[in-house]
Amino acid sequence: MDGTRRRFLGRALAALAASGLLTRRTNDAAAAEPPDVPASMKSPGAGFNDYGMPAKYESKVTRTLGRSQPGTTGSGAIRTPLEALEGTITPSGLHFERSHSGVPDIDPAKHRLLIHGMVRRPLVFTVDALLRYPMVSRVHFIECAGNSQLLYQPTPPTLTAGQTHGLVSCSEWTGVPLRLLLEEAGVERGGTWMLAEGADAAAMSRSIPMAKALDDALLALFQNGERLRPENGYPVRLFLPGWEGNMSVKWLRRLKVVPAPIMTKDETSRYTDLQADGKALMFTYPMEVKSLITHPSHGMTLAGAGLYQISGLAWSGEGTIRSVEVSSDGGRSWLAATLTEPVLPRALTRFRLPWRWDGGATVLKSRAIDDAGNVQPEREKFIAEHGTNAIFHCNAIQAWSVAATGEVKHVYA
Amino acid sequence: MSTRELACAALVLVAAGCAAPARVETPNLGRPATAAEIAGWDISVGPDGVGLPAGSGTALKGAAVYEQKCQACHGAKGAGQPNDRLAGGHGTLASKTPVRTIGSYWPYATTVFDYVRRSMPYTQPQSLSDDEVYAVTAYLLQLNGIIGEADEMNAQTLPKVTMPNRGNFVIVYPRRGR
Repeated sequence: MDGTRRRFLGRALAALAASGLLTRRTNDAAAAEPPDVPASMKSPGAGFNDYGMPAKYESKVTRTLGRSQPGTTGSGAIRTPLEALEGTITPSGLHFERSHSGVPDIDPAKHRLLIHGMVRRPLVFTVDALLRYPMVSRVHFIECAGNSQLLYQPTPPTLTAGQTHGLVSCSEWTGVPLRLLLEEAGVERGGTWMLAEGADAAAMSRSIPMAKALDDALLALFQNGERLRPENGYPVRLFLPGWEGNMSVKWLRRLKVVPAPIMTKDETSRYTDLQADGKALMFTYPMEVKSLITHPSHGMTLAGAGLYQISGLAWSGEGTIRSVEVSSDGGRSWLAATLTEPVLPRALTRFRLPWRWDGGATVLKSRAIDDAGNVQPEREKFIAEHGTNAIFHCNAIQAWSVAATGEVKHVYA
Repeated sequence: MSTRELACAALVLVAAGCAAPARVETPNLGRPATAAEIAGWDISVGPDGVGLPAGSGTALKGAAVYEQKCQACHGAKGAGQPNDRLAGGHGTLASKTPVRTIGSYWPYATTVFDYVRRSMPYTQPQSLSDDEVYAVTAYLLQLNGIIGEADEMNAQTLPKVTMPNRGNFVIVYPRRGR
């Protein structure tokens, strides 16, 4: 086992401990029990902070870095520790990140957004100008097209929920409806696509259908109430609700209205889905309906038979989650989980279900259905349909085995 | 803004909330972009060749550029290692171990020019001259057996190059075909 792998597992175990599923009491915990009065009540606590941080006891709840491209430090992805979180909003510091050539350092006073191409009035906007436009706030997930790709592998990855599926996060995004700026620029007839380009060293670029740009696309300036984090596109990013993450171009500097797709590297050689027959699906924009159980999940150990709450996340880029069904017998029977309100379109949705574990070996699964009628497929069916080469857009059902010892592991079942 | 103007603006906003295409009043804070400003920033190249600059290059010239600027990451003659392989892999896409390269997978030759110019070399993007980008693009196409080593790539010839895997992409937008 190399050092990186060891650190990786160490972090994962710490995150599990923080999640409360490993319930072995330590001597320190016992010392706080009544009738003793805790030390925190016998002297004043700490003062104020300019910017609050998580409790020091939670310091091991961190993102998990996949490998950056050889010879690079910022070309890769880092994943959200889904198994250590509850609710639906991802703390901004734990939001996943996928960057193609590092995080640029952009002074907002020097940043410009250019709108040009098939428009009547090519325009340049400062960030200060954008901040004066009418804004909206919406809660949406964003998911990398390559999320969950380890499920294409022939054997189940021995990784946590976040390490396998953590290229999805959910925030409240606030910004200017892109439609407003396109109306000011005046899109000409035939301008049915738009090239979006970032101000990073990759000059990351994607072609966006004008229909999406005029529908619900945002120029996002705020994330969870504060300005965007640098790694999520500061000072301004495109945000396309429900669509594969890389299309929501970060550090947005240019929009060019064009009559047809530009066929950039990231919509031809990447982010196309190679099927078993050698054909590749192109422009597979919405992220498919998906769910997974985060508690319990791989790497956790249940502390004996009894009542537990199964908790997990569901989402669909094609609409709103209508229902999530949970099986605690490997898929033979399914029960509807409770969806935690509010259930929002193209947002992470929390589902929960009480479960009495009898102490025997079993398999847990969840299956999401959205309001467009899409049903999350079993892995076997998904692989039979798409093969194992696609890399992207895997939304197969995730199965966790529970052993009689309480150990929870990723299985294909 | 007077109270009356404020009320009018609010009415427009209310109307916008009821019907999608209704017009929201906006502050018109964009300044006109000049042709020179646009030319400085517009680096995208479409499959029809729109956006390709003047200049040209051949594989013969591109080999030297590649060896100096690209080979450390992509290996001799595009063989890959430590980073992506750029040549070969033909006929592997339907196998258990597909090798996606420019020659085996990429559908448009213009994408090579666009991507190299905007993103490569990784540590010095946008540092190559247009002639160098044409030349290295020609070299990568020649390594994959798509053009000859003396074939000149320029704004007219590059969009006419037909990539071997062009016919194997299935566009699913706006209908989901999966």
